[in-house]
Amino acid sequence: MQLQYFLLLAAALFCIGVYGLVTSRNAVRVLMSIELMLNAVNLNLMAFSNYLDPAMIKGQIFAVFVITVAAAEAAVGLAILLAIYRNRDTVDMEQFNLLKW
Amino acid sequence: MNLAEGVQLVSFIILAVAMIGAALGVVLSPSVVYAAFLLGAVFISISGLYLLLNASFVAAAQILIYVGAVNVLILFAIMLVNKREDFQPVKFAWVRKAVTGGVCAGLFLLLGTTIITTPWAFSTETPIGDDAIYLIGEHFFSDFLLPFELASVLLLMALIGAIVLARRDFLPDAALTSDIENLKLPERPRELVSAAKTEQ
Repeated sequence: MQLQYFLLLAAALFCIGVYGLVTSRNAVRVLMSIELMLNAVNLNLMAFSNYLDPAMIKGQIFAVFVITVAAAEAAVGLAILLAIYRNRDTVDMEQFNLLKW
Repeated sequence: MNLAEGVQLVSFIILAVAMIGAALGVVLSPSVVYAAFLLGAVFISISGLYLLLNASFVAAAQILIYVGAVNVLILFAIMLVNKREDFQPVKFAWVRKAVTGGVCAGLFLLLGTTIITTPWAFSTETPIGDDAIYLIGEHFFSDFLLPFELASVLLLMALIGAIVLARRDFLPDAALTSDIENLKLPERPRELVSAAKTEQ
């Protein structure tokens, strides 16, 4: 079991998240892709914590903070999505052009 | 390779395959409800990987927060915006997908070469294992006290902000006449903001 395996796995998960973030049309799926990317970062932090800093485990502290921020982000993001859906009656990302010239 | 390492390697491979497969399902599945359930599978697989990394507390927190809260929240959001609509096809959508796939593959190759070529400074200390929860508590209340308190303020802000954003404008004195009207939520009528693309 090596650090590199976990880091490669986290990199693959992050790239899948980026792909979903850019190509998804449904706004809920965009939020799911953001969660995937945050989880990839968390996996990186935990791997570093176990292999490079096993006595002080600062990586686990950071992972807990990232989980907290991700939970807050999910709540606010879905509330924004509901507000947009109520105003525009769609969840299509191509129709969300309120801030686009 | 002794028995413990073999078990670790096999469980790592199973969890990694499950996680990558479920993550691809989240991104590529045509149904968003299936995507939400597969997202739960991704979170549970990542929790298993945390167990492999000697972090039992964060593994439990991962299941509690992500599967128990975030995933349920996403399912509720899908239920609330459950509108079967066929998205209008965009011109050159395949170009966008191909370019994004190329960029993501390139990013993965870049990260992979960086990960493999970097000389990592591995620590030789023994992991503290299940005593991690005591150490996490000590960290939270000594050298990470300010971020800990800021996290509580952030959660409060997110709570209030989500309520304010998602709240509907009620009409408390709306006259409810028929039975059908009683079942509906009395809500202030609002005009839809018209999309610029659809007007043209």
